[in-house]
Amino acid sequence: MTIDWKSYDPGEFYDELISTPGYARAPARNLTAWLRSQSDEDLQARKLDAELAIIDKGVTFTVYSDGENIDRAWPFDIIPRVMPIREWRNIEAGLKQRLQALNLFIDDLYHEQKIIGDGVIPASLIAESKGFRKECIGIKPAHQVWAHICGSDLVRDSDGTVYVLEDNLRVPSGVSYMIENREVTKRILPELFENNTIMPVDNYPDKLLEMLLSISPSRRKHPEVAVLTPGIYNSAYFEHAFLARSMGAELVEGADLMVDKDDYVYMKTINGLARVDVIYRRIDDLFLDPEVFLPESALGVPGLMRAWRKGNVALANAPGCGVADDKVVYSYVPDIIRYYLDEDALLPNVPTYRCNDAKEREHVLANLASMVVKPANESGGYGMLVGPQSTAREREEFRRLISSNPRNYIGQPALRLSTAPTLCDHTVEPRHLDLRPFILQGAETYVTAGGLTRVAMKSGSLVVNSSQGGGSKDTWIVDNEGG
Amino acid sequence: MLSRVARRIYWMARYIERTENTARLVNTYHFLLLDLPRGTRIGWEILPVITGSYAVFSEQYQRHDERNTVKFLLADSTNPGSLLNSIAAARENGRTSREVLPGQAWEQINELQLYANARINDALPRRGRFEFLTEIIQRCQQLTGLLAGTMSHDHAYDFVRIGRNLERADMTTRVVDIGAMSMQNPDDVGGLDVHVWTSMLRTLNAYQMYRKDIQLGVQCADVVSYLLQNDYLPRSVAHCLDQIEECIGDLPRHQNTLKPVREARHRVSRIKPEKLDAVSLHMEVDRLQVGISAIHNQIGKTWFA
Repeated sequence: MTIDWKSYDPGEFYDELISTPGYARAPARNLTAWLRSQSDEDLQARKLDAELAIIDKGVTFTVYSDGENIDRAWPFDIIPRVMPIREWRNIEAGLKQRLQALNLFIDDLYHEQKIIGDGVIPASLIAESKGFRKECIGIKPAHQVWAHICGSDLVRDSDGTVYVLEDNLRVPSGVSYMIENREVTKRILPELFENNTIMPVDNYPDKLLEMLLSISPSRRKHPEVAVLTPGIYNSAYFEHAFLARSMGAELVEGADLMVDKDDYVYMKTINGLARVDVIYRRIDDLFLDPEVFLPESALGVPGLMRAWRKGNVALANAPGCGVADDKVVYSYVPDIIRYYLDEDALLPNVPTYRCNDAKEREHVLANLASMVVKPANESGGYGMLVGPQSTAREREEFRRLISSNPRNYIGQPALRLSTAPTLCDHTVEPRHLDLRPFILQGAETYVTAGGLTRVAMKSGSLVVNSSQGGGSKDTWIVDNEGG
Repeated sequence: MLSRVARRIYWMARYIERTENTARLVNTYHFLLLDLPRGTRIGWEILPVITGSYAVFSEQYQRHDERNTVKFLLADSTNPGSLLNSIAAARENGRTSREVLPGQAWEQINELQLYANARINDALPRRGRFEFLTEIIQRCQQLTGLLAGTMSHDHAYDFVRIGRNLERADMTTRVVDIGAMSMQNPDDVGGLDVHVWTSMLRTLNAYQMYRKDIQLGVQCADVVSYLLQNDYLPRSVAHCLDQIEECIGDLPRHQNTLKPVREARHRVSRIKPEKLDAVSLHMEVDRLQVGISAIHNQIGKTWFA
């Protein structure tokens, strides 16, 4: 059976490809027409091709369960998600604006804290922040940039508005899957690339390397860049290896590095010690340097903070930048943009209620069933309450959690996340999705063309995290004339 | 190349080779004992002695019979050099250096472990042992061939070859040592010792080559010379050391490490097997093993520190 777009009905949700049953949005018309021309067998064959390509290429993510690490094949849906370039240009500008403002904010927090002095942000917020590192006070990273790599999660509500849901500034992951998704799509749907102008995404490793070189403190002609991974047990190890390989950088573990008496960082190679100028670190702040943070950390490098503070090595992202990756700070981002850039935010925030404010907390507690409640400092979808899908018991549990630690929670109205057609067994059905573009800031600011689209594979589900059964799609920013 | 990656690759190769060698040793010894008359003074316990694990063995087992020895060498988790432990160590080292390994090599190491763990119980009684050990040997060789045929022959591959050849040289000295210890009568050309030395040649897959090259009967001095000094036999100590020298010469900062290799190579050349009795042969072999471990230590100091 071929696809009948007339019977595809996303209901009350905004669908990324289909505007009303039977009618595709302009930039998606080539795609939907092609899909309709395919028989069920053809589509199944392409789906199988995609699965094989993913296994062949060894695209995996690691799930930790029952004390065993399991490498799972990366879950992927062959139907791309399409966005017109005009809309994307606005989003791109909004993301740049956001990261530039956040970096000025972080830099201010570790210097004069003018934004607090001027009463825009309460001092208590920083005093109680889990991500603020007093060890970073007074440091001046190159270009005043602390968060060099940011992955922001975007969602679209039923009226079509795109909101920023959160900014991941610590060690955002997923970009390698964005690139692999495109590689797979090019293999299995080559004919579609002939009739559409789709913005390429595979220059990301070049842009990343360019950014990392732009923050190198050394004037050497060929600065040494290394990717610091916690090792093969980490769920994003595939990505660490992928990025190191695509940049031609060394993939190192903490034990491969040492800080010598001269306070420079060296890696141990068969040629002897080799100086490292820039470290793209994929381990959390608290594990970076056992001399300064967790003394029991075996993942980090003793003396690394000393070398960084002396300006002998660049760390991306800089330690302490997580202070801005906090869901309560998030709620102030529009104010932060206005304060530092004197501009209005181009991309809206999801309305956010802070539980440390008595009035706003009342609102959250009174509307638990229709809200999403998130802890301020978790990622990966852990520890949150999705009101509309929660049980009375879960709501009681969160009532207790919020009351005992209000600073740690925010509430947001449950958005009606947009959908896109997704190949499910033998039918095409609407599934909810989000989008994570990646923004780089060094000497210049860069945004990926699109990003990683994550899709909840279960009907009605809003949870898109791969650690919790989510899948992914290729994301097309399409530049078709008139589209 | 990172020192950590070099170290893991080196150990992976050593453990693959050790797995194959352990399988060979148990396999041929089994057949040798079938040929020897009852009451011969050599027995199974010579194998833990030769693999340097006799202390652990006698701590674990009171009876040093076939069943316990084979179990100890193949399956015992307290024996760091047991076949299963060697496979596990090869796999762990391979797993943590996947960025330089061909993907297929990793899959095969994985499958090797799955096979060994699933079938180990068949290998303990005599009946299933031959089939199990033959399969293990084949899988190890397949892996060695795969690395040779698909891996870039760069520094990483140098470390594979160094590890493999050092482990090989070490095992060959141990096999010669078994011969020395099993010798009943050095002058008894046609007696029991023929079985012993033939079986040592078989352990090292060298019987056919030996026949082709030497033709005359199987005599102690000829076999010892062949296993230690032959330039072409891939498992002779001399050949292994030459391979190691070649690889080391390829690596940066190699001066200090070439030294112990050349010293060991000279020592091998100077051995005059026809002038040795069982005791002095054992002592020669002992000195070679000291030389091999000096090479190992220097490699660690130069490249893995």
